[in-house]
Amino acid sequence: MNVSKTLLQCGDALDRLLPMHLWIGVDAKVVRAGPTLAKMVGRGDLRGQPAFGLITIRHPAPVAGVAALCALSGQRLGLVLTDSPDMPLRAVAVALPDAAGVILDLSLGLSFARAVAAFGLTLRDFSPCDQTIELLYLHEANSATTTLSQHLTARLQHARLEAQTQAMTDPLTGLANRRAMDAEISRALADHAHDFALLQIDLDLFKRVNDSLGHAAGDAVLERVAQVLRQHLRLGDMAARVGGDEFLVLIYDCSDDTELGRIATRLIAACEVPISYRGQLCRISASIGIATVAHSTQRPDLEGLIADADAALYAAKRAGRGRYALHGGTTVVECSAVPMMRGRRANDPPQGGFRRRQDDRVPRPD
Amino acid sequence: MHGMVNRALQGFLTTTYGDAVWAEVRRQAGLPFDDFEAMLSYPDAMTTACFGAAAHVLGKDHATVLEDFGIWLVTDHHLEPVRRLLRFSGARFHDFLHALEDLAERGRLVLPNLDLPRITVAQGDEGRFVIDAVWPVPGAGAILMGCLRAMADDYGTLAFVGLGRAADDASERLEVQLFDAAFTKGRRFELGQVRA
Repeated sequence: MNVSKTLLQCGDALDRLLPMHLWIGVDAKVVRAGPTLAKMVGRGDLRGQPAFGLITIRHPAPVAGVAALCALSGQRLGLVLTDSPDMPLRAVAVALPDAAGVILDLSLGLSFARAVAAFGLTLRDFSPCDQTIELLYLHEANSATTTLSQHLTARLQHARLEAQTQAMTDPLTGLANRRAMDAEISRALADHAHDFALLQIDLDLFKRVNDSLGHAAGDAVLERVAQVLRQHLRLGDMAARVGGDEFLVLIYDCSDDTELGRIATRLIAACEVPISYRGQLCRISASIGIATVAHSTQRPDLEGLIADADAALYAAKRAGRGRYALHGGTTVVECSAVPMMRGRRANDPPQGGFRRRQDDRVPRPD
Repeated sequence: MHGMVNRALQGFLTTTYGDAVWAEVRRQAGLPFDDFEAMLSYPDAMTTACFGAAAHVLGKDHATVLEDFGIWLVTDHHLEPVRRLLRFSGARFHDFLHALEDLAERGRLVLPNLDLPRITVAQGDEGRFVIDAVWPVPGAGAILMGCLRAMADDYGTLAFVGLGRAADDASERLEVQLFDAAFTKGRRFELGQVRA
């Protein structure tokens, strides 16, 4: 039986089953080439052309002879078309009996997407059984969906940032934040049917806790203070954390100095209860400035009211720790139960009468 | 229903009829948001409500709106990827019709929860095809009719596509008659996409 003759008679079948085959005779010339491979090589009818001038085998080792190629039968080969050295292809070689040469079947390998574009291949250039088309489809579909996913991620990220800036809650303590408190104060100021009080609270010795025991201890203290505020407020009142260790409390239907004094005293006492954090006791106190808005009076605006509370706080702080002061009053009331809290520090400013100053907010003693 | 389908409907209504129409459809369908997200999933009832609201707002019958939607899916230049992905199914319109049976699987290859219609194709004599589609939302037949009419043009094939009588309540039927496979040159399709 003459293998060459039989195979040549089946040439159409060979073309259809292996459209990228290259049949190389023992003389190293092309006996037959599949139509897709011929299209890729682009040198017209390949029959009779020297095969190793068309392809360059690189892996597992450079091969340029039929016998050497036959020796690699069945192995996966890495090669390029000599005219397209940047497009890595893969192939398998099968040696034929009766000195009929060797058949090399090529595939596009991982460079399929580039190769299809570069060689202008169409659906008809592939066997219906070849999954390269499905790979191409997937490749393209994945690019499209990845783009969609990236768009979605970008939109979500934008929405998250938006939500963060619109958030009304302090993430650490769960209390309202400055934005929410400002809105609430504005509402309260506009509602002339109700009087209310604004307490500005600043923690004493907080910096010491933070510096000596670390930020986690400081955070524990802040959470504890938030808890204290929640416990002492009625439903409808509002507490906010508005700075590192600064809080604002809005108390509705209360402008009586004595009652507010009692509330401030209770808050200071509750803040002074030592907090245990990992076996260490954290001791702090609080200073409070109070501003009231009665229904009959001419009402200040938001900034004016906060400045009033701030001025009172400054007065309380100047007098020492653990004290509260009412805006417009002349006394600072000491209510700390802890002796160490009461003493004035050496570099504290001198005690005395105080006046409200708009720019009091910045240079405040700790 | 996958957001891809819902988002496509939104895209069809906004690019064809404008934002105001979409806003009214959204309102009538009772959507609790402004836009569908292509990569999220939504209850089927929302999709059905949008189909119904679109027909009502546009004053057209249900099937006409969905057929237009199907045509738009294949022809709008924003959705060139969809046309391309469909063209991967076969070299001729005839092959493309047979490959419709793979459509749902093809969709899942890309997005595992993309629920495209399950399609069965039966070829009769002399270029006749009967195509049945099963989908959780009513309207697959009309949408597919639009897609097939547009794809026939894309392949340059002369074909008649019409709604048929469904075999059962769960499916919708299309009847296709091919006349001339090379009626026009059709649109170009190259496997390797030439990127700008």
